[in-house]
Amino acid sequence: MAKIKTLADLKKMKEDMRTKVDIREKADTPENYVQIKVGMATSGIASGAKEVMDFLIEALEKRNIEAVVTQTGDMGYSYAEPTIEVKKPGEEPIVFGYVDTKKADEIIEKYIKLGELVDGIIPVNYQVIDDDK
Amino acid sequence: MHLLVCGGTGCRAAESDAIVTNLQQELEKNGLQDQVQVVMTGCFGFCEKGPIVKVSPDNTFYTQVKPEDAAEIVAEHVVKGRQVNRLLYKDPEKKETVSDSKHMDFYKKQIRIALRNCGFIDPENLDEYIARDGYMALGRCLTELKPQDVINEIKESGLRGRGGGGFPTGIKWEIAAKNDADQKYVVCNADEGDPGAFMDRSILEGDPHAVLEAMAICGYSTNATKGLIYIRAEYPLAIKRLKIAIDQAREYGLLGKNIFGTDFEFDIELRYGAGAFVCGEETSLIHSMEGLRGEPTIKPPYPAESGYLGKPTNVNNVETYANIPVIINKGANWFNKIGTEKSKGTKVFALAGKINNVGLIEVPMGTTLREVIFEIGGGIKDGKKFKAVQTGGPSGGCLTEEHLDTPIDFDNLVQAGSMMGSGGMIVMDEDDCMVSMAKFYLDFTVEESCGKCSPCRIGNKRLYELLDRITQGKGEMEDLQRLRNMSQVIKDTSLCGLGQTSPNPVLSTLDNFYDEYVAHVTDKKCPAGQCKDLMTYTIIEENCVGCTACARVCPVGAISGEKKQVHNIDPEICIKCGACIERCKFDAIIVK
Repeated sequence: MAKIKTLADLKKMKEDMRTKVDIREKADTPENYVQIKVGMATSGIASGAKEVMDFLIEALEKRNIEAVVTQTGDMGYSYAEPTIEVKKPGEEPIVFGYVDTKKADEIIEKYIKLGELVDGIIPVNYQVIDDDK
Repeated sequence: MHLLVCGGTGCRAAESDAIVTNLQQELEKNGLQDQVQVVMTGCFGFCEKGPIVKVSPDNTFYTQVKPEDAAEIVAEHVVKGRQVNRLLYKDPEKKETVSDSKHMDFYKKQIRIALRNCGFIDPENLDEYIARDGYMALGRCLTELKPQDVINEIKESGLRGRGGGGFPTGIKWEIAAKNDADQKYVVCNADEGDPGAFMDRSILEGDPHAVLEAMAICGYSTNATKGLIYIRAEYPLAIKRLKIAIDQAREYGLLGKNIFGTDFEFDIELRYGAGAFVCGEETSLIHSMEGLRGEPTIKPPYPAESGYLGKPTNVNNVETYANIPVIINKGANWFNKIGTEKSKGTKVFALAGKINNVGLIEVPMGTTLREVIFEIGGGIKDGKKFKAVQTGGPSGGCLTEEHLDTPIDFDNLVQAGSMMGSGGMIVMDEDDCMVSMAKFYLDFTVEESCGKCSPCRIGNKRLYELLDRITQGKGEMEDLQRLRNMSQVIKDTSLCGLGQTSPNPVLSTLDNFYDEYVAHVTDKKCPAGQCKDLMTYTIIEENCVGCTACARVCPVGAISGEKKQVHNIDPEICIKCGACIERCKFDAIIVK
């Protein structure tokens, strides 16, 4: 990718990145592009987040669900590691705790495919700073 | 429609299991089991008002729900679409009911500034950081602001160093900026060494670019062109992600020469520490980076005057840097509205110990310990009683029940006999012995003292020995005064922050739990039942059925007795390992 030479370059790149994410969200087929983030800080990895991430990538591909699985940092819920965040298109993201491969399987089958919630959701209990610019 | 029932430990103890069962039965009665799903969730973090039931998608938030309320929730809310008013959360100040969880005050208890991207972006992907305003602050600084403007903004924000001392960051930068030299340095202190603290590691692992960007901003305002991150080698993942981040930033031209087309240049390198606690002290850290022994030197000169290789050096902690880009983007006036009068912004804490929701939290300064421990932290494990919380790690002190409503900020914690420290918070319950706790921290300090000055090297060792004697039941009342005297001398005469603060755990436990020390000394008893040397294991005759299970599991053969006869423990042989208690099915063995 091109180097950033000016502030305008950076702003343009930011817009590009935003649009990219937007397109992803507004895909016409709603079952497309489920976005999953796996908490991969030391505490997550120590509790098995790597296995869960590998499992998710493999299982979603096998079951023909178009999804983007990425890693992210510590969500803060050390007591409930591994934690993953699942965002279905057009819906609020949901964080699940204590996710082993069995739980991951349940999340794919029940939540991603059928929209049923499964046990182990971690409710949001903090404010983010982007909202109140 | 979904009914979310809190399955956190606190709510479960208040029968949230039964709420789930009842809700399901009520739904079946109304034939709605296929349309409405009942789900048990993790902790909502509002345990004080639990059990919690949340209705989604309309976000209705019911508090203190009882199993018998299930029928009304289903009949009224689910069937007729009317909220059950009496179960809604009432704002304690306005006395109004609040139905939408997003408007509840308790949701504002945590604000993520330093952790804004942690758990949101892929830390190995610079594009995702850019999508969330990444490097925008650096770009603005370089093209729109003069170095002094940046410093003024930081000064005005009221940001104070998050590494523990709480020195105003803007003033630190200003001093470094004023000292002229051919080469200056910007250093990031990532030598996080408090037992139980992992805030800095999480930021570096989750949002490494935030630190790089802030260091470059600091470089611009202090006229430094080189940045160094001092990180302990035992943080391999943080190191890996920092390396990736530095490479990406160089590739994009955000580090290196002519950043944003200006003539500003800045680059960052890593320096690895071997994990010595004293290297978190800035002069030791600098010596360690120079390849010398990690030992402190007397200040002044401060690093801002003569630091790395004798050049002016600005040293800040990871979390301090992580706040900088936000302050530039949103302005000092946004930032200084959060927090208390003298401590602005938020603080990240690592909650650990006997607490339900172990983890990382970020709260505005001025939040009380009670809110942190009982609401966000979900209270004490296994329903035990709260005893104390240690803040500031081995340099801090313990705070008790009476401090629970103290708003947390730099000055209040010092006044209460502890300190902010880097943000470790270790919660202790009724089973923890405070003398042993002080001994644990002294053990740590003795191990970590660099040995350069005698008060710290010898004094802490002596303190440890005194505490050890007391926990063995060999202490005298004079020892308690000796502990106090020696602590004061160590504090007053040690060379660096390590020795100046290491007696704090002793002093604060002496202040807050003097009775417990006395019990160890005069009664030779440990009230919490932790000190092995002060415990005796005995068999309750009425309960013992003579099953021989304890005698078979005892590793030293201290238990004797015939089959179906009452057994006996020989205290002379017993090593107090506790194996017999675990094995006994009849509650026939007690520890005193």
